[in-house]
Amino acid sequence: MMATLDKATALDARLARLSVPAGGFAAKARREALERLSAAGFPGRRDEYWRWTNPTAFAAPEPARAEVPAAQPEMFDGFGRIRLVFTDGVFDAAASDALSGEEGIEITRLAEAPDVNWAASVYGTLEAAGQVPVLRPFATLNTVAATDGLLIRVTGRVKRPVNVIYRHKSEVSDPILHHVIRLEPGAEMTLLENGPSGARFNKVIEVEVAEGARFHHIRAQGPDHKRQAITHIFARIAEGALFKSFTLTVNGRLTRNECVLWLDGDNAVAHVAGAALGDGADGGFHHDDTVFVTHDALNGESRQVFKKVLKNAAVGVFQGKILVKPGAQKTDGYQISQSLLLDAASQFLGKPELEIYADDVKCSHGSTTGAIDPTALYYLRSRGVPLEEAKSLLVLSFLADAIDEIEDPALKDEIVARLEAWLATHRG
Amino acid sequence: MAEELDIREGVDRETIETVRNMGSYKYGWDTEIEMDLAPKGLNEDIVRLISAKNHEPEWMLEWRLKAYQRWLTMTAPTWPLLKLPEIDFQDIYYYARPKSMETRPKSLDEVDPKLLATYEKLGIPLKEQMLLAGVETPEGEAPEGERRQVAVDAVFDSVSVGTTFRESLAKAGVIFCSISEAIREHPELVKKYLGSVVPQTDNFYSALNAAVFSDGSFVYVPPGVKCPMELSTYFRINAENTGQFERTLIVCDKGAYVSYLEGCTAPKRDTAQLHAAVVEIVIEEDAEVKYSTVQNWFPGDEDGKGGIYNFVTKRADCRGDRAKVMWTQVETGSAITWKYPSCILRGNESQGEFYSIAIANNMQQADTGTKMIHLGKNTRSRIVSKGISAGKAQNTYRGLVSIHPKAVDSRNYTQCDSLLIGDKCGAHTVPYIEVKNNSSRVEHEATTSKVDDEQLFYCRSRGMDEEEAVALVVNGFCREVLQALPMEFAMEAQSLVAISLEGSVG
Repeated sequence: MMATLDKATALDARLARLSVPAGGFAAKARREALERLSAAGFPGRRDEYWRWTNPTAFAAPEPARAEVPAAQPEMFDGFGRIRLVFTDGVFDAAASDALSGEEGIEITRLAEAPDVNWAASVYGTLEAAGQVPVLRPFATLNTVAATDGLLIRVTGRVKRPVNVIYRHKSEVSDPILHHVIRLEPGAEMTLLENGPSGARFNKVIEVEVAEGARFHHIRAQGPDHKRQAITHIFARIAEGALFKSFTLTVNGRLTRNECVLWLDGDNAVAHVAGAALGDGADGGFHHDDTVFVTHDALNGESRQVFKKVLKNAAVGVFQGKILVKPGAQKTDGYQISQSLLLDAASQFLGKPELEIYADDVKCSHGSTTGAIDPTALYYLRSRGVPLEEAKSLLVLSFLADAIDEIEDPALKDEIVARLEAWLATHRG
Repeated sequence: MAEELDIREGVDRETIETVRNMGSYKYGWDTEIEMDLAPKGLNEDIVRLISAKNHEPEWMLEWRLKAYQRWLTMTAPTWPLLKLPEIDFQDIYYYARPKSMETRPKSLDEVDPKLLATYEKLGIPLKEQMLLAGVETPEGEAPEGERRQVAVDAVFDSVSVGTTFRESLAKAGVIFCSISEAIREHPELVKKYLGSVVPQTDNFYSALNAAVFSDGSFVYVPPGVKCPMELSTYFRINAENTGQFERTLIVCDKGAYVSYLEGCTAPKRDTAQLHAAVVEIVIEEDAEVKYSTVQNWFPGDEDGKGGIYNFVTKRADCRGDRAKVMWTQVETGSAITWKYPSCILRGNESQGEFYSIAIANNMQQADTGTKMIHLGKNTRSRIVSKGISAGKAQNTYRGLVSIHPKAVDSRNYTQCDSLLIGDKCGAHTVPYIEVKNNSSRVEHEATTSKVDDEQLFYCRSRGMDEEEAVALVVNGFCREVLQALPMEFAMEAQSLVAISLEGSVG
């Protein structure tokens, strides 16, 4: 009883600080989400799904103060992108390219969306579906209270990538953003995300990938070491469609990235990958990848590739699950989570799960944790490579499998450059 | 049931026929024998009654009552992937003893012949001159004295009916007796070790066991002694509506060694029966314990009626440096299995191993695995788990590998493979990995697949029928674990694997 009361109080305190947008096309979805959230409450430390990551920071009424990070050279320059900027959670039209004008894609701001809207059938629905079998209350909170975001409808093969850039200008910014993306049959787009987001960041992306459509997503979180972020991607992948997502995280005191995917149509493909490099020296580093892939159709292919490099008491968490429903025959599910611990105080906590109800499937997972291989290090040094450089090389080779999930070679180079820059400043 | 099966290419009529004829459980008969039953239900008086029947000292009764009080405040765990019917703990007999055991027989010669016949029928020799079937050395190949001998403690419902080879064991200094006897005869040892590995309040079922356990086995191997023969406990549930709650305590002192075998069966009945056991193993410096189980409780019929609910807490504590424990289990029986034999690797350079075959057919459900808790430096653990699901069964591997910050230079290797036979069953893997230092190395691999068509085709093309081919492939799949079993069990296990899967080809 006590616990229930506490949960309700914590939720009320959080909601009281928010200005929940009223009216608009999403009003019904927001109302229903509030009902669900009131029933669920916020998770506590004893919740199985939060056994290794403390959810308190995401539930607290106010975010912890986070200093504004120093300006960084802009990523993805020269990629002919459509640049869309959010500053502390508010769309910054002056800093952005025009929302309209590109062929095959319609982009609208959530905060300015008309009342009659294609996104009404998507907003909050995938998030709601993602509450089974495990509750994800922070995503529900997002549906209730998101103040801005993008509604993107893709009807053709869009050549220019859409680059969403987050800027962090206030030490107490607490943005809640919700993007809805729908790729019509045969459509294709690339979404790039980067930039420091705020003191605390709660973001949801809902993606509908229709028959034969292709969705590519590359995200570079940070650098904004003091922030705390919880993000969710919910994606439904239809017949013959493809979903590919890669996330690079360098620093961030607390990050939980959840990814919930349904392979609903036959021959659907979903790849989700992540590379995280964390230095816990400056106030800690805790990085949590939580993935849930559901196969509910024939001949689906899913891959999860997650690599973490951890130093100075950094903590890496991986909770990955492949669920193969009855009848989802010929599923090929693969999952790998690996951690490289660069010192004795860092730790890796993992739960790679399989739940399988069909027999003609090929599913496997692997997980390894350990230090840099001394033999490899010795070999490089014997060839005259200085110690720190040798370590960087081995770290890069350790991350290679995850980075290889990026199809576009130019984008891959961009991510590797970011990685190398981080390694150059975090030696020793 | 057969009609519902998706008939695949390569399945012949014969196989489908065999599926129809499923459900032959070899040990399903019962022994008609007059029983002493305590009143049904559970309360403090029952706890007192069990304690009194075993002529226990006051401290033991207090220990039980403490557990009972705590159990009242606990709830059954809901985290396993099991569809568990509501268990009415008041609808169970907590104590059942053959009438003839009222005054304890002084030797096996005084034991009711009906009881001895029961064990004989089960293939468990209680006569000391007999050797375990199947491993007898042919005449002339080995001198009489070198034949393998196995000492047996036979537990029938709630009581131990006899322990063999006690004298020759006593000569070596090994104590092997029922736990009720140990409480009376060796209270100092029992007091020191009982509940020190699995505390009364460890979990819901272990608390229940601590309150109402009626018998079980006790082993003490003194320092430096290599136990001269393998020790074995054979559990038989016979009476209807009873629960069996046995407690096993094994203490292997410094530099000692013992290999322990455990087997279990129960008659075929329509109503499910509860079995909640606790096994505690204490391993001191340089000592080694091998614990092997062939669990063949009645699994229920093909519609899931009846069967044993098997909720077992097994844990080994490697207290001393270089202590070593090896769990090997073949789980083919029980309607529901909830069991995680664990290793606490406290001593430096201690080692834990877990080899498991879990087979679930028809409506069986199994949620089983292990915990490897690395606390000492340079500790090693290895997990090899083979799960096989057939029919409409659900089979889950659940395990934890935890490397504590101080357990530097440790190593774990885990391999969990699942095999699915038929499209109505499920195979699940839920491993937890916690690594808290960087000088240790942890590796985990898991695969799920079906019986390979090419392998089957190859076997069939060599003239095997489908059943034989599947049995061969499955035995190959389990080989690593079968090889880890002591010889006595390896053969039994191998044929058990084939029998458990009979007719499940699809």
